[in-house]
Amino acid sequence: MSAILDIVVGIFTKNGFVMSFLMIGILSYLATLISDKLLRGRIPGSAVAIFFGLILAYIGGAISGGDKGISDIGIFAGVGVLGASTLRDFTIIATAYGAKLSEIKKCGFLGVIALLIGILSSYIVGALIAVAFGYTDAASVSTIGAGAVTFVVGPVTGAAIGADSTVIALSVATGLVKSVSIMLLTPLVAKKIGLTTPQAAIVFGGLVGSVSGTSTALASVDKKLVPYGAMIATFYTGVGCLLCPSVLYFLTNLIL
Amino acid sequence: MNLMIYGVALLAGCAFLGSFFGNLLGLLTGLNSDIGGVGFTMIFLLLATNTPQIASRLPKGSSEGIHFWKAMFIPVVIAMAASQNVYKAISGGWLALVAGVSVVLVSFLLIPVFNKFAPKSAEQVDSKEAEA
Repeated sequence: MSAILDIVVGIFTKNGFVMSFLMIGILSYLATLISDKLLRGRIPGSAVAIFFGLILAYIGGAISGGDKGISDIGIFAGVGVLGASTLRDFTIIATAYGAKLSEIKKCGFLGVIALLIGILSSYIVGALIAVAFGYTDAASVSTIGAGAVTFVVGPVTGAAIGADSTVIALSVATGLVKSVSIMLLTPLVAKKIGLTTPQAAIVFGGLVGSVSGTSTALASVDKKLVPYGAMIATFYTGVGCLLCPSVLYFLTNLIL
Repeated sequence: MNLMIYGVALLAGCAFLGSFFGNLLGLLTGLNSDIGGVGFTMIFLLLATNTPQIASRLPKGSSEGIHFWKAMFIPVVIAMAASQNVYKAISGGWLALVAGVSVVLVSFLLIPVFNKFAPKSAEQVDSKEAEA
């Protein structure tokens, strides 16, 4: 019996990368199931799956004592390959595809201003809260500020400026809380904040960013508004990745 | 031959070009790492796919390759989340919660401010004309 178990574990360990597709696939299926049945679609499957990922990372860290979450456990090592910076950046880049420059021109100036103010305000709020929680080094404060932009900008920034893995995980958690908050809170306040026109949707996408958060939120407010918000939000992570580890990090470094 | 590789190759080409400019910025700023390479890459990809001379030379099937990686974004993010050091971060759990929610609330407060400056959208104009 143990010989058979050895074969199974051996296959999974040897083909860790392939194993990671199976694992993330099963995780996504379970997350979608829970999203649909238990939460009745109020929290999208992707957010639930990312939340599960963070739980698995916690379990992995608790068992192995390592700093790479579930991928520090032998048979799950491939998850670390799938989630490493190479594929992460490659897929982020691909998300820009389909955003049309002509559409961006049509949205005009206001969307761009909203985008810049959205990134700046998110970064500032995140950074201020990081300082309030006792972080004083520029790398940590910037990474958490960047995490408040999106859960992708946080780790990209953290990796670029050499932040601690713990802080990077915190920035992912902050971005995830943000994404889920967008999805949960937007439908409640949509009318109050005037989120009823394409113009407002563009501003919304620029200010809150987070493609998954924005598109999910707008879908539950008014399906027609989705492309306007999602299109500008598509640039949010990219511009955030451009600004956070460079200009904003320098300014933070200057102040602290 | 399946043409999706052209799209993936374009993605890879843009990634290297973007990474080059990111590293160049890193060199210029003295940080000696890739600064904003992903952002540069996205701009290059958009420029490439929106430039008729380049876009018209890409065979139709090639966009499938880009769409595949676009769709892999969330799974990769899940894997990324699963390989973070959450165990150590959990002591800062309140920070994530407070920062994550505050940022969204501040964004919500800014939307009405923007709407004041916004020119009337076509829909609003239409409904007013209909009323008149």
